[in-house]
Amino acid sequence: MQLDDLYRRVIMDHYKNPRNHGTLEADAVTIKLNNPTCGDSIALQLQVENGLVTDAKFSGEGCSISLSSASMMTEVVKGKTFDQALELADKFSALMKGEPVEFEDYEDIEALSGVNKFPARIKCATLSWNALRKGIEQQHE
Amino acid sequence: MNIAAIREQFPILHQEINGHPLVYLDSAASSQKPRSVIDAINRYYEKDHSNVHRGVHTLGSRATDAYEGAREKVASFLNAALPEEIIFTRGTTTALNLVASSYARNACKPGDEIVITQMEHHSNLIPWQQVAKATGATLKYIPLQPDGSFTLADAELTITANTKVVAMTYVSNVLGIVNPIKEVAAIAHRNGAVMVVDGAQSTPHMRVDVRDLDCDFYAFSGHKMCGPTGIGALYGKKALLSKMEPIEFGGEMIDYVDLYESTWKDIPYRFEGGTPIIANAVGLGAAIDFLQEVGMDEIDKHQRQLAAYAYDRLSELEGVSIYGPKADRAGLVTFNLGDVHPHDVATVLDSEGIAVRAGHHCCQPLMRFLNVSSTARASFYLYNTEQDVDQLIAGLLKTKEFFGHAIG
Ligand SMILES: Cc1ncc(COP(=O)(O)O)c(C=O)c1O
Repeated sequence: MQLDDLYRRVIMDHYKNPRNHGTLEADAVTIKLNNPTCGDSIALQLQVENGLVTDAKFSGEGCSISLSSASMMTEVVKGKTFDQALELADKFSALMKGEPVEFEDYEDIEALSGVNKFPARIKCATLSWNALRKGIEQQHE
Repeated sequence: MNIAAIREQFPILHQEINGHPLVYLDSAASSQKPRSVIDAINRYYEKDHSNVHRGVHTLGSRATDAYEGAREKVASFLNAALPEEIIFTRGTTTALNLVASSYARNACKPGDEIVITQMEHHSNLIPWQQVAKATGATLKYIPLQPDGSFTLADAELTITANTKVVAMTYVSNVLGIVNPIKEVAAIAHRNGAVMVVDGAQSTPHMRVDVRDLDCDFYAFSGHKMCGPTGIGALYGKKALLSKMEPIEFGGEMIDYVDLYESTWKDIPYRFEGGTPIIANAVGLGAAIDFLQEVGMDEIDKHQRQLAAYAYDRLSELEGVSIYGPKADRAGLVTFNLGDVHPHDVATVLDSEGIAVRAGHHCCQPLMRFLNVSSTARASFYLYNTEQDVDQLIAGLLKTKEFFGHAIG
């Protein structure tokens, strides 16, 4: 068990300097999710226009893995269509299963591949992505 | 107490985790099992198993004797007056839910009160919320002091003539506080209420005497006291249990069944519908034998010493916050390491072979009281040593260093 597999420098950088941390205008889609096993919580906000995620911000409490994952997710999802965003979420699930996945021009996420070797922490990493899925599914309804 | 000899009896302790000897500091969540308990369960399945209370054959009576023998062991372990005051359940949670559903839902009406504390485990909190919702009774909390304890004066003020149930943990699984159950039970009785005790954390560690405490119900889990998972018990005073209706219906719990009406067996069987958890009850009996051989007073002393030692050593670490009072604590220490998230603390410790718990410990309202979203917890049992605590401290120093570099 190599801690460095989990705590890559990129992850620590997102944890220390979270991107898109904060809140959006009141009309943004807001999804609040908890991790019931540990009490961590995230509030994800998405600004959506014509099937496009134009902006994303998050707030909440969590460990280094859940917060850095949220930071990366909000960065990559901006400017994506709903379908593209869901495709990214699927890719992220595959990454958590240990499958080799590339995130093309946004490589930071690949740093989270090590979480796969720490099964207890996968829930931390997926919290913000689950919020993203939920937010987009709400828009489809 | 010869710890080396005790450790010898726990096969699971002798292994490496991530290249380091295992340091198991999560016994408050679930304890490890000695060889004698594992063997008792195996022996039961290899030699004695059959269903209970119905067979005329030899195995039927062996299994029945083993199961009822375990009930007698539990009764004498808790100093209950009678074996039929012990109802086998899956654990503390099911036992408390049984009291809530069978006793409290019938005893409470609008205007009545149920009194608990904010340090309760969800298992001794949500059932009462549900009873309050279903009956219109009011759920009240005895206020807590800054260190998480409460005063008897506040208990006196909160418990009134309208109170029907007072439910409280004996030992807090987060704060290590040992609550004054006997005194609170006296206040409850003076006001005509019943006293329900969550014994999940006390039963493994200290001598428990339900008659001396004068509690009306007492719940505990086998898996936290060297026994198997899936078995625990509810103690209830005979006079109360005899008036309670079953909440699960079916085989084994009936007396006479007609097409439209049926009658129930006496206690405890009317609360044990279906084939009971026979092998695990036998395992629990073996766990009680094991603990009594070591001596409950010895175990109590040992776990308190370890907690006091851990408290002192942790206090020396810069940036550590410890929750709960310093004095008189049971065998666990809950803490946070600066602003490193407890998950991250637990993962780094795990990489060193050290198992601690991180999270809200099924006590979300208490976390809110402490103003944290989660904490790390090291909990001790009879097989832990001061060296385990030293390992923990070394692991925490490593965590600090690791995260100090990583997040500055
Ligand atoms: C104080 C307390 N109450 C209740 C429980 C629930 O026990 P079980 O999960 O065995 O039903 C626990 C165990 O975590 C506990 O620590």
